[in-house]
Amino acid sequence: MERPLTQHLRKDNKPLSLKEYEQVGGYQALRKVVKMSPQEVQALVKDSNLKGRGGAGFSTGLKWSFVPMNAPKPKYLVANADEMEPGTFKDRILLEQTPHQLIEGMIIAAFAIQADQSFVFLRWAYKTAAQTILQAIHEAEAAGYLGKNILGSGFDLHMHLHTGVGRYMCGEETALLNSLEGKRATPRAKPPFPQVSGLFGRPTIVNNVETLCCLPHIVSHGAEWFKKLSLTQDAGTKIYGVSGKVKKPGAWELPMGVTLRELIEEHAGGMQDGLKFRGALPGGASTDFLVEEHLDVKMDFAGVAAAGSRLGTGTVVVLDDKTCPVGFVKNLEHFFAQESCGFCTPCREGLPWIEKILDSIDNGDGRPEDLKLLEAHTKLLGPGNTFCALAPGAMEPLQSALKYFREDFEKHINEKQCTYSKIMSTAV
Amino acid sequence: MLSTEEIKGIEEAIGVVPYKKAACIEALKVVQQHRKWISDESLKEVAGYMEMSAEELDSVATFYNLIFRQPVGRHVILVCDSISCWVMGQEKLKEKLNERLQIDYGQTTKDGRFTLLPNPCLGTCDCAPAIMVGNDLYRNIKMDGLDEILNKYE
Amino acid sequence: MATLYIDNQPHEVNSGHNLLEACLSLGLDLPYFCWHPAMGSVGACRQCAIKVYKDENDKKGRLIMSCMEPVTNNQRISVADTEAKEFREEVIGWLMTNHPHDCAVCDEGGSCHLQDMTVMTGHAYRKFRYKKRTHTNQDLGPFINHEMNRCIQCYRCVRFYKDYAGGKDFDVFASRNKVYFGRQEDGVLESEFSGNLAEVCPTGVFTDKTLKQHYTRKWDLTMAPSICQHCSLGCNIIAGERYGSLRMIGNRYHGEVNGYFICDRGRFGYEFVNAPGRVRQPIMNGQVIGRKEVLQEINRLLKEAKVIGIGSPRASIQSNFALKALVGKNNFYHGVSESEHDMAELAIRILKEGPVRTPSLKEVESCDAVFILGEDLTNSSPMLALAVRQAARVQPMNEVAKANIPEWNDAAVREFVQDKNGPFFSATIHDTKLDELASEKYYAAPDDIARLGFAVAHRIDSAVPDVPNYPEELKQLADRIASGLLQSENPVVISGVSSESETVMRAAANVAWALHSKKKKAGLVLTMLECNSLGLAMMGGGKLDGAFNAVLNGHADTAIIMENDLYRHGSFATVDKFLKTCKQVIVLEHTPHATLKKAHVIIPAGTFAESDGMLINNEGRAQRFFQVYESTEVIQESWRWLLNMGINAGNEHMSQWKNFEDITKAIAQEEEFLKGVDTITPPSSFRVAGQRIPREPHRYSGRTAMNANINVSEPKPPEDPDSSLSYTMEGYRGLAPSSMIPFFWSPGWNSVQSVNKYQNEIGASLKGGDPGLRLIEPEPGAVANYFSTVPEVFQPIADHFWLVWTHHIFGSEELSKRSPSVAQRMPQHPYAMINPKDAEQQKVNEGDKISFEVEKHVYVLMVKLNNTIPSGVAALPYGLEGMPSTELPGWGILKR
Repeated sequence: MERPLTQHLRKDNKPLSLKEYEQVGGYQALRKVVKMSPQEVQALVKDSNLKGRGGAGFSTGLKWSFVPMNAPKPKYLVANADEMEPGTFKDRILLEQTPHQLIEGMIIAAFAIQADQSFVFLRWAYKTAAQTILQAIHEAEAAGYLGKNILGSGFDLHMHLHTGVGRYMCGEETALLNSLEGKRATPRAKPPFPQVSGLFGRPTIVNNVETLCCLPHIVSHGAEWFKKLSLTQDAGTKIYGVSGKVKKPGAWELPMGVTLRELIEEHAGGMQDGLKFRGALPGGASTDFLVEEHLDVKMDFAGVAAAGSRLGTGTVVVLDDKTCPVGFVKNLEHFFAQESCGFCTPCREGLPWIEKILDSIDNGDGRPEDLKLLEAHTKLLGPGNTFCALAPGAMEPLQSALKYFREDFEKHINEKQCTYSKIMSTAV
Repeated sequence: MLSTEEIKGIEEAIGVVPYKKAACIEALKVVQQHRKWISDESLKEVAGYMEMSAEELDSVATFYNLIFRQPVGRHVILVCDSISCWVMGQEKLKEKLNERLQIDYGQTTKDGRFTLLPNPCLGTCDCAPAIMVGNDLYRNIKMDGLDEILNKYE
Repeated sequence: MATLYIDNQPHEVNSGHNLLEACLSLGLDLPYFCWHPAMGSVGACRQCAIKVYKDENDKKGRLIMSCMEPVTNNQRISVADTEAKEFREEVIGWLMTNHPHDCAVCDEGGSCHLQDMTVMTGHAYRKFRYKKRTHTNQDLGPFINHEMNRCIQCYRCVRFYKDYAGGKDFDVFASRNKVYFGRQEDGVLESEFSGNLAEVCPTGVFTDKTLKQHYTRKWDLTMAPSICQHCSLGCNIIAGERYGSLRMIGNRYHGEVNGYFICDRGRFGYEFVNAPGRVRQPIMNGQVIGRKEVLQEINRLLKEAKVIGIGSPRASIQSNFALKALVGKNNFYHGVSESEHDMAELAIRILKEGPVRTPSLKEVESCDAVFILGEDLTNSSPMLALAVRQAARVQPMNEVAKANIPEWNDAAVREFVQDKNGPFFSATIHDTKLDELASEKYYAAPDDIARLGFAVAHRIDSAVPDVPNYPEELKQLADRIASGLLQSENPVVISGVSSESETVMRAAANVAWALHSKKKKAGLVLTMLECNSLGLAMMGGGKLDGAFNAVLNGHADTAIIMENDLYRHGSFATVDKFLKTCKQVIVLEHTPHATLKKAHVIIPAGTFAESDGMLINNEGRAQRFFQVYESTEVIQESWRWLLNMGINAGNEHMSQWKNFEDITKAIAQEEEFLKGVDTITPPSSFRVAGQRIPREPHRYSGRTAMNANINVSEPKPPEDPDSSLSYTMEGYRGLAPSSMIPFFWSPGWNSVQSVNKYQNEIGASLKGGDPGLRLIEPEPGAVANYFSTVPEVFQPIADHFWLVWTHHIFGSEELSKRSPSVAQRMPQHPYAMINPKDAEQQKVNEGDKISFEVEKHVYVLMVKLNNTIPSGVAALPYGLEGMPSTELPGWGILKR
């Protein structure tokens, strides 16, 4: 089983130095790329069927193709390293342990769209990663991989690190760009897309860290090889993760399309003793629950979608049978309500309302009509109705919880209390 | 008055963006690093340096979770309250911290040692529950290990 | 144009619009909050949701926000779709989770857009059963009241204040459901346009604080269409009265002049009308007398006297004309200083005889390059400053269009444009607020500003004489400005009378004409000092000095001074002497001033609120204002008093006139430059379905009881002999002719947003055409006759300062400064603004006293330092109490 992104990680979790990275073939892809035309790089990545690993699963090559190639400089490439989707911790590994892989990926992407400026937008909490990335940028600059006339190709690229100041919204690419411009991280209307009017109103591509890390390997080994890494139609490997009350929570690079069952039962070691699997968010907080009947779902974009959810970030949060689903969803909605930017009405006003209702139900103060209100909101806050995807994302776990765990909600309301003992606390 | 060091940090940030204002978040970060929080006075100093109005800068400052516009203690404890940590017992952990420090979220201990804040997801969900104290991340926290962590901070 | 199917009905719509604008233009009721016709869309409120369908077979459709989608041809949408309606209702439901239930006591209640939209969507019952979030309010100064709990977070306020009007001290704070709109801390809102927040805000967060101090429901006002009296731009306003006092001023939409906004001087200056010191009774030699008696006395006086009349640039053309008719053409004087007089005449000559026309404010907004010479627009003509702010964005907007971003997509446009501005050049005496837009700035004495103008004009067309021995640095500046202007399509050159320098105005004309010679669609804007400066100048008449001489030389012994404080237009010494020499000084006036104190007879004239009249704005546009209310029997328009005097005196000419209309007809016939002014509003006999246009909304309340403390019988309402407006709520309910809209209202639209229903299409002209008549257009075939005298370079003189004016939006204008709210915003002391280098030389600091002698009069002023004012020049605040007048500009001798 090939694990191109993570096979060379050091056992001690320390970052690969430039030298170590070069020894395992690092920056060879870049040497190849600078001899290609930007269009060839774009075509290669498009052929590879690489889809964005940040959650939306959009074709990376296609995304690049909307950048006007003849637009004057500056053009920007931004690595979205603002990993803040609750339950998600996959990019952290790449950022902390293999920074040059990211940098090489970024240079390749920048070359493909002929960007001359690049930023790593890193979430503030990743203190170790910040040092690692900064160090790696300096090393790459010194080695001539960054800066002017990279490898004698005439291609220039400058790279900067920006650490955020805490806001889930920054994961949304246009809000991220606003934040990079020193503004409030509210999302922008699309169109115009960032490819046309992005950072500082210039053509810009924002790609996820894991996506960028795939690029050197696609260039080195070809599109066909990349496709074959996967068990399904969606190419490549995927860094999956599992958290919650499983025996061995963690993250692993696996072929795209492994089943949810394999993830939980094999890689995460199964449920903790005495607990049963009740459901899981397959790709972070803003994805619909999958339940027992979905355990054999293939964890790729199409597979999870067919089961009524989204692959999202591919990091699974497991709900066990001793944890209250109402409390679980309340925690999620509290998060979304807090992280709403306050720009559009449904999100700003709807999410706190939902949180209050869930809180009432959880505290035994729920009313039968509350469920109707919650259900209505899952539709009212659907895609297109709100300005960005935050609120629709927030509705995914709620709508599926109302579907799969309805009896729990009803029981809370009927018995005017939460019947789950606070058993979970004892795990600590 | 901004210190020479603060100005140096701010100037560095200004260097990578096309116009001054765009570096305002960096500027706030630099000053917060030195002063722990952004007082109204600090805000105005930074605004003046960045050629912005206090309003324009505060609009940005108050948007973000981690620009502190109120005084904080010597060490800020951020308790991850997101889903994986919650499943793994974050509420209990929070109660323990409340009890131990005699403060709730948003408060600072009387001796100015700690400020306790909730925080959405620290990105270490496989090692839940987690907290950050200052720049240090603590994972897989056990209740009986809490004192040991807190004792490291004066 | 495009065809748009709305609920299966085809409509022809403007293809440049978004779907919301298209629907509103068709007169459909589609609720909205965050979109504003002048500011475009941002998609925040989600209120204007509709359904869009792929084709006629698509029955399911997709919910979209109509403000964020462009019109496309043959598109199919539904406003009536159930899902869309339910969503719109729920948006209100969300907003109501936190909006207080204080409509009954809210300033905005009954004229609230949020209230209207709530009713429109059908939202009636609360499903939210939790506590509302609350905010604390801020003290924002004398103009605007703040009540944050009412906020629905539509972001309109910050988009207007900051993005549109360039304000710095207002923003949005915090996030999620805690977002807060206001200042960083309590304090006076600094923007000159803050009052618009009261109209931009769709509910009662920002309200007119002056209205609050004598609060009345907006529908309980008696209202009339009026024209702002506080600068020369002629913004259209609505003025409202109740219980005999003027209560508020609102914007009256005019597609060509002020659009949706007015400035704070215009909005809050009105309270001079209610001021305690108002002239309310006829007074003769210190004694109050009756109307009849005073007319008799005047008749007696006039019989034996040699009378001259002194008119006013702030009185209507009707009043000036009546005065002229009463005293005779040769005895009528303008009542403005020589330089004001000459400059107004020069302006008319330039605009009539030259080939370049003067654009309206709306046209200025779409000019793609700006060159300002000698004007601090923000202070002298605020709405023009707002217009050039928009003009600065025109060139960058061309790039926006190329990137296929629609102009109305405001956030996207601003992101794309960033801080880029088009060519914007400013040459002023000292720094101004518009400097932040300027690609080139130049601070200099007026003559040097004129020299730059000549140099620029020469570089555009070599037929203009060059400036001899011009320094290299300035040559380069002139090169840059000339090339910037030449790269534009329709540049505008702006100058005016603020610096009281004819040479500056000539230089500006040269630049505009030179651009015209290069086939540019150039415009030339010349601002005036007063609301009717141009109208007065267009009527012919002597200079003020002529009036003084007539009396001082014994040709006349009695002066009728109308709505004019001569001390603002002549030197203290001369005016003193003149008034002392007059045997009789008869003053028609509403507002107390120094001249009034010297009057033997005082006649209470109506303010604009109590008067019908017409003004000619700086663009040469004649505009009608209507009487809002009859105050008392004795407070009447100056023209009406004069008419009575004329009739009493047996003046044959005047005896033929009975009312406003007759005078206006006579003006149109007799005044060469004012032809057509009798056509700008329908005649007083005008009726719709036999009815007058009511000044009061049909919701007007308390009419039968409001005077019950005086008399239980309801008095007969006054009848208006001068217009077809009625003083009651009875009358025609439909659209009034565009020149006489007393208030905007439409069924279901009780707030000012109802203006949508009065427009041909959103943001365009009023139905029936924008009112007023432009009287000045370049004569056909006019050619540029360049001014050829280049002024000499300004040379400072030791121990002298060249004294020039600087204008203040609050304080420089005579009437508005009597408004208590405006008075709070005035400079507290007269001052002399000088360069720190000069201060150092004179060993004075900021705040020290400095003394000048001007024409033997010594002025002691406070030093105000300014780095940008040229050395050897001192700027004094225009119009402040105790400042010299005609002497400026001129040399002041420094006194030790």
